[in-house]
Amino acid sequence: MTAESTAQARTGYRERQLVVLDVNGTEHEVLVEPRRTLVDVLRHDLGLTGTHVGCEHGICGACTVLVDGRPARACLMFAAQAEGSAVRTVESLAGPDGELSDLQEAFTRHHALQCGFCTPGFLMLAEGHLAACPRTDKAEIREVVAANLCRCTGYQTIVEAIDDCARQRRNREED
Amino acid sequence: MKPAPFTYHRARDTEGAVRLLAELGDDAKPIAGGQSLVAMMGFRLARPRHLVDIARLPDLDYLRRDADGALRIGALTTHHTVETAGDGALGAGYAVLRDAMRWVGHLPIRTRGTVGGSIAHADATAEWCLLAVLFDAELTAYGPHGERRIPAAEFFHGFYTNALEPDELLVDVRFPAPARHAALTEFAERHGDFAIVSAAVTLDFGPEEGAGPGTTPLRGGRVALGGVAPTPVRVPEAEEVLAAGGRADAALFAECAARAAAAVDPPGDANGSSQYRRSLVRTLVEQALEEAVNR
Repeated sequence: MTAESTAQARTGYRERQLVVLDVNGTEHEVLVEPRRTLVDVLRHDLGLTGTHVGCEHGICGACTVLVDGRPARACLMFAAQAEGSAVRTVESLAGPDGELSDLQEAFTRHHALQCGFCTPGFLMLAEGHLAACPRTDKAEIREVVAANLCRCTGYQTIVEAIDDCARQRRNREED
Repeated sequence: MKPAPFTYHRARDTEGAVRLLAELGDDAKPIAGGQSLVAMMGFRLARPRHLVDIARLPDLDYLRRDADGALRIGALTTHHTVETAGDGALGAGYAVLRDAMRWVGHLPIRTRGTVGGSIAHADATAEWCLLAVLFDAELTAYGPHGERRIPAAEFFHGFYTNALEPDELLVDVRFPAPARHAALTEFAERHGDFAIVSAAVTLDFGPEEGAGPGTTPLRGGRVALGGVAPTPVRVPEAEEVLAAGGRADAALFAECAARAAAAVDPPGDANGSSQYRRSLVRTLVEQALEEAVNR
């Protein structure tokens, strides 16, 4: 053990760092250890517990958020890396009065969740995919949702919900 | 699953990043997308005392065609950028790079992970490492003493080890010549997992390929494999079959695949025995050749 780490162990002192984050359009300043992952800052420091933590090593996708509009694993990023980016979490989907978004409504309608643990991750994965590929189809959606693990529904209803939401958005655009 | 403590530094430019890495020595690691490194730090397989964040370095995120036909990819270009690149950026000769991206993890990994990060990580089954070896890519490292160019064949030293010095950054990957008829395929238990075996091939019909690969005789080709050795490898024994020429048909492909399977001596592990990997080599090389000829 080096002198420095011995001193750390004795005093409990850990280096902290000021991180400025743009989350759901609001600027937050947090003083955290550099090793704090984005998902831990969202949940523990900002109280945004909608984003879930499953495997903590990039396999399950429960922590998926949007970083500059694109789906990313919040457990595979340190919060410091997200400085200067726009982060969006599941809390940004519903309206200010709590009204569910069309994507959330589609998940409800199609029974695309049971226990709900994986749902925030699937919602943000779908939100990012639909924004980038509004003309997506079921085959493409199946490939995209393979990124996340759901152990209840078996994916079929999730694919149907996302496809239904995409169709409705396209229909609204054509009207 | 929490990483050991470290100090975080954000580099503003390439010179600064390299200077910082030189000062901090072996205790420092550069981080770009972090899609492998953060997980390894969580498992404490890596415990760097300092992380130098290079993700925001300017001018390392590009796809460029040189006048000589080469394609250059900036080290900080994400897999997702290549996956969504138009024909104008890549051309038919490099379309295989775009098509190979669907094998790299999943969408949320590809939006963060970078081409340079993947090659510098040097996983023996990583798609970019295999493509670099297949295309004889030239890798440019930048360090305190300036730039140096390293051929892909000399870059990968073994499991997760490469020719980079601790204070060098991979900055550019140059694919010297297009390959219109090329394909990459692989096998994993679940799509998006690390490949057990991966195979990539090119077929060369020469410049006079007017009537299409069905009638023009084959002039040669390349065969590269991942998951059969500590680094991705070319298979000269299989390439001899393609260099002998003749019609690019199923019989030739079967012969090439059989020679590839006979030439390799893959290690067995929990993901598959040596024999299983060898039979995957045969199947995947044949599949890749069929795919390549139909392009």
